[in-house]
Amino acid sequence: MTQIKNRNLISITDFNTEEYKYILDLAAEFEKCPVQNIADGKVVATLFFEPSTRTRLSFESAASKLGAKVIGFSDATNSSAAKGETLADTIKTVACYADLIVMRHPLEGSARWASEVSGVPIINAGDGANQHPTQCLLDLYSIKKTQGTLENLNIALVGDLKYGRTVHSLVDAMSNFNTTFHLVSPESLKLPSTDKMHIKEKGSKYLQSTKIQDVIDKVDILYMTRVQRERFLDIQDYEKVKNTYLLEKSMLTNAKDNMKVLHPLPRVNEINTDVDDTLQAYYFQQAKNGVYVRQALIALILGLK
Amino acid sequence: MDKVMNKKELIVSAIQNGTVIDHIQADKLFQVIKILNLDICSNQILFGTNLISKKLNRKAIIKIQGKFFERDEISKISIVSPYATLITIQDYIVTEKYNLSLPDKIEGIVKCFNPKCITNHELVLQKFNVLDKDNIKLYCHYCQKITKQETLNFI
Repeated sequence: MTQIKNRNLISITDFNTEEYKYILDLAAEFEKCPVQNIADGKVVATLFFEPSTRTRLSFESAASKLGAKVIGFSDATNSSAAKGETLADTIKTVACYADLIVMRHPLEGSARWASEVSGVPIINAGDGANQHPTQCLLDLYSIKKTQGTLENLNIALVGDLKYGRTVHSLVDAMSNFNTTFHLVSPESLKLPSTDKMHIKEKGSKYLQSTKIQDVIDKVDILYMTRVQRERFLDIQDYEKVKNTYLLEKSMLTNAKDNMKVLHPLPRVNEINTDVDDTLQAYYFQQAKNGVYVRQALIALILGLK
Repeated sequence: MDKVMNKKELIVSAIQNGTVIDHIQADKLFQVIKILNLDICSNQILFGTNLISKKLNRKAIIKIQGKFFERDEISKISIVSPYATLITIQDYIVTEKYNLSLPDKIEGIVKCFNPKCITNHELVLQKFNVLDKDNIKLYCHYCQKITKQETLNFI
């Protein structure tokens, strides 16, 4: 039996495949009927020690649609962290006011540490470059919804495969489903060998490439990520590759009918706006799916479903 | 006592009471000394290095008079020298002898190499799962990064 009540979600590996599926099924129910006042009287705290637009608003939207009250802060400068309070003390205090804490923090491992001192469950909304499990869940939801299955898919991961946390989590999760990964990145931002080992261990496969055009007609999902300037030691290296990973409408001519373009957003210059009105563009719907997935997660952790 | 005294070929003299750390990899001797703070220890200490060993080819040995180690101090040694043997001596007699080996989990000994790990910013007990005991690979319980032999630092 799936038991998610009072659990923390810190890393995507905290839940097993059955539990993901259970959350995704419930998210589909929330998509059909998003406003359900089942969390009346509950308080969800959103503690964002570093700024975020969509993740915080998505969680707050999800909590509000469940009827919960939302408290918190959107920037560490508005919190007692600015006065030098430790994370542990902030969490212990907020746990006195809330039934659930959603947190984002720039330090890696901060959410795990918070879960060990908190009196209420913690959902990790991003701890530095480490984990962002709800992004992964909404990616899985979007893949399942558009493809009808998570099994036996061809997924291209494009851009920064070395540092992008969404990539690592997605590789972790999708390796369980006999996926063929098409890894498209500059030489300096290739997927780390530990992730490649994980893919093989789980029985999935990967192919590597440096051009989007090489894979675009083969894949069911084209998952774009940002190639960030700050990841390059030499700015000239960045200038050389930055437009290599720009997706334009003209490149989609030979794409499969079922192919969808996903992006965790915000995009900067990875997807031209002329892609937005194509049948393949799915990134804004993907962001919308995040609300349903977070509703499901909050409802299950609070024991309301 | 007779048994020990009969070992006339001993290169490093026997101690009466204390600890012998044997089968240290020769190139790790000074690291072990540093980790155990033996460089600032006032006890009588004898050591030898580049000694012939069937097991290691070249080994080092340390004998510390009047000092006995706690468990967590011992596991520190096994991180740099995984084949080390710990021998407790009382009145020239071996009273305890065991091979050191890295446990599956270690706590409060090694620092996470990741400068962005929470454990390097707040007072958090450092915890690792040992992924590889031979080519040290320690998986940080918090930031999930792997600290390797070359990035190893002790608390």
